[in-house]
Amino acid sequence: MTTPGSTEQLKIVIVGHVDHGKSTFVGRLFHDTGSLPEGKLEQLQAISERRGVPFEWANLMDALQSERDQNITIDTAQIWFQTKKRQYVIIDAPGHKEFLKNMVTGAANAEAALLLIDAHEGIQENSRRHGYLLNLLGIRQIAVLVNKMDLVDYSEARFRQIATEYTAWLKSIDVEAKVFVPIAAKLGDNIATRSPKMPWWDGPTVLETLDAFKVAESPKDQPLRFPVQDVYRFDQRRILAGRVESGSIKVGDRLIFAPGNKSSVVKSIERWNAPATDSAHAGESVGVTLTEQIFVERGSIAALESSPPYELTRFNARIFWMGKQPFRKGRSYKLKLATQEAECSIEAIEKVIDASTLATVSRHQNEIFVGRHEVAELTLKFKKPVAFDTIGEIVPTGRFVIVDGFDVCGGGIIVPGNYPKRTADGTHRSDNLYWSHGKLTVAQRARRNGHPGCVIWLTGLSGAGKSTIATELERELFNMGRQAFVLDGDNIRHGLCSDLAFSPLDRRENIRRVGEVAKLFAEAGLIAITAFISPYREDRHSVREMVSDDQFIEVFVNAPIEVCEKRDPKGLYAKARANEIQDFTGISAPYEPPAKPEIELRTGECSIAESVGRILEYLHLQDVETEISI
Amino acid sequence: MDYLSKLENQSIYLFREAFNKFENLAMLWSIGKDSTVLLWLARKAFLGHVPFPLVHVDTTYKIPSMIEYRDRLVKEWNLQLVVGRNHSVLQEGRTFPNGKATRVECCGTLKKDAMKAVLEQKHYTGVIVGVRRDEEPTRAKERYFSPRDKNMEWNVEDQPPELWDQFKTDFEKGTHIRIHPLLHWTELNIWEYIERESIPVIPLYFANEKGERYRSIGCFPCTFPMKSQARTVSEIIQELRQTNTPERAGRAQDKESEDAFEKLRRDGYM
Repeated sequence: MTTPGSTEQLKIVIVGHVDHGKSTFVGRLFHDTGSLPEGKLEQLQAISERRGVPFEWANLMDALQSERDQNITIDTAQIWFQTKKRQYVIIDAPGHKEFLKNMVTGAANAEAALLLIDAHEGIQENSRRHGYLLNLLGIRQIAVLVNKMDLVDYSEARFRQIATEYTAWLKSIDVEAKVFVPIAAKLGDNIATRSPKMPWWDGPTVLETLDAFKVAESPKDQPLRFPVQDVYRFDQRRILAGRVESGSIKVGDRLIFAPGNKSSVVKSIERWNAPATDSAHAGESVGVTLTEQIFVERGSIAALESSPPYELTRFNARIFWMGKQPFRKGRSYKLKLATQEAECSIEAIEKVIDASTLATVSRHQNEIFVGRHEVAELTLKFKKPVAFDTIGEIVPTGRFVIVDGFDVCGGGIIVPGNYPKRTADGTHRSDNLYWSHGKLTVAQRARRNGHPGCVIWLTGLSGAGKSTIATELERELFNMGRQAFVLDGDNIRHGLCSDLAFSPLDRRENIRRVGEVAKLFAEAGLIAITAFISPYREDRHSVREMVSDDQFIEVFVNAPIEVCEKRDPKGLYAKARANEIQDFTGISAPYEPPAKPEIELRTGECSIAESVGRILEYLHLQDVETEISI
Repeated sequence: MDYLSKLENQSIYLFREAFNKFENLAMLWSIGKDSTVLLWLARKAFLGHVPFPLVHVDTTYKIPSMIEYRDRLVKEWNLQLVVGRNHSVLQEGRTFPNGKATRVECCGTLKKDAMKAVLEQKHYTGVIVGVRRDEEPTRAKERYFSPRDKNMEWNVEDQPPELWDQFKTDFEKGTHIRIHPLLHWTELNIWEYIERESIPVIPLYFANEKGERYRSIGCFPCTFPMKSQARTVSEIIQELRQTNTPERAGRAQDKESEDAFEKLRRDGYM
């Protein structure tokens, strides 16, 4: 029961130099397609008569009194009309240079453009500038209407001349027009019907040209980009609100949030008064809940681990400037990219271009800026990393605006550069790494410290007593004048491993990192004590491989699960039993006890002091006198 | 994605931008079909909640069944309602048609000035309004986020650029921003969405026994019904697909002079 209007709509912007007949063309297009409201034509004709001025088709679009008084379009307007094929929104953009920001507003919202050139006056400054800006704004479907053919006696030669000349301009900015159509908007020639005055023309009418344009589809097949718009806490739940800008998101996806590299898994997709589904696609505004609560704010961009955005403190861009004040080096501005906001400044200006001639604007060395209505190639820098893509990769995260004071003053697209991929990207590793060796030996360090460095690796269930033993052992060693340090599971998760969750893969990475750090500590001559559940035998084994064998002391802190659950110092068993925590070791995730630990402590039976004593005994340390003890 | 869903998703995005960016946000609710669709979209955006107050500017000339309908929804949907009235003008009787005011003057005091008073009293910095581009030519030039100065005036010749869904959200103290989530909807889209979502609307929109219905609803001295047989939402949709008459043909204040409505809007009218 739907008309074409409610299923397909195409937005067309009408651009071109001032007085080349844009508003007249739109008025005529509406009339010739029967789209004018009843009485509108008569009303406008009556007004013209009353004011003693000739009737202008343009008055249909130029709604403001100041526009009708001056016969110019000041601001962009959007109106609707329908062909047999579909519905159109016509965006009439002003042709005056001083209203360029209104032209940009109109054009940025369009999917295709009609660019008008006056056949009599020929190609003018804004014919070229608008062509350049359409390209920068991402509009790829452009048709050129050579208007006022009646003023050049419907001359085919004049039409061809303009078409050739303008094609050359477009080519120089890497654009190709779909078609050139000769018209006389005021008289309706080649608008809705073929003109008898131009029998030489066998190409399409304007209406046919419009119907040949394609409606842009949301980029579903690209990598996921879900910029967080806001975080709601309705109904005691944390819901990330946002729109899927590209790709798809579904329940179970592991997301990473850039910048910042935090990670969690999609628990649900939220909508109101809509069928429940477990996925959302490009263009959909939804809510997302996560399985593990992580701190994410507006501005974060969620992506899949396999294809994250860049995350850097500078990028290269092409921008256009609309501000009353120029865009200057040495000042700071606000950048808005998707929902991200960041303080930015110009690092370097490659060149400033006059968009109507492509000529480089020359400036004194000490006076570097981008002026109003100019275009520039430059590098922007940021105090903190921003997440982005290049315009060629993903459009919605490849463009931005710049705010000066209270106003949006510039827009830009991010062009390719030598951007390093995120380090978490496993496919990108440097080939140029070598081991370097210092001048100190392990033995020298051991002699200085009075003991060799080693790793005391405590493993066992949550609540078995690992952390308590570790901190007590650290205190004892300190009092004995030894260099010891505890790497605690929870503490590491706050910092070094804050991007990791509790899946088997993440647990493995967590242990690997801790192993590497413990190894460095041991090499520095310290007694590194680790207190991690470290449930997988294989993971512990790989740490043992990392460290030299006699430096790795695996301590199995062995308490029956019933004892651990009864102790439950952090209330975690209770939560796990209530299904509030998933993958909890001993309850919903496995624990693999060590086959041959160096030490086994049955903490259900022996005290903390006894346990610590057993480890100290194993270390064969001699007491040394110390000045400080705790 | 079908076209109505595209409109819906865009409106949700705008609501969420507004809610994030304006600490003191309110929404105008005229009880008509547009602002009721607007209210529905707010619930879509905030997953069933409406996390800001609704301002109803009551001219006291509204058709009585509108107020009953309003109070029923406030209760059922758990809404916060703020009612604004221009008491002095009403007391002095400077209204149309009984008092000494033209239609446009009456709109200016009872709607625009009353709204201004509410905004000033409550210090709202963001006001969500359900205007649409296809209603009327000056609205066709509106932005999604449209600034108003200290006197609530609209500087239509110097509007902010709006591109790539980046909006004007920075503004001087004392000024405010109007947010227009329905700007790109047409009258037909509104009815198609009412049908799709089964949104309750006041019965004044449906044809009565005399074969008349309201297409646009305002104050009774200035709003006139049209001839129609459309008794259901789908009959209204059918009717709108055929018609060539503008929506606000039954709104007398628009027609007092060539630029009557433009002047009202420049001064701060919705």
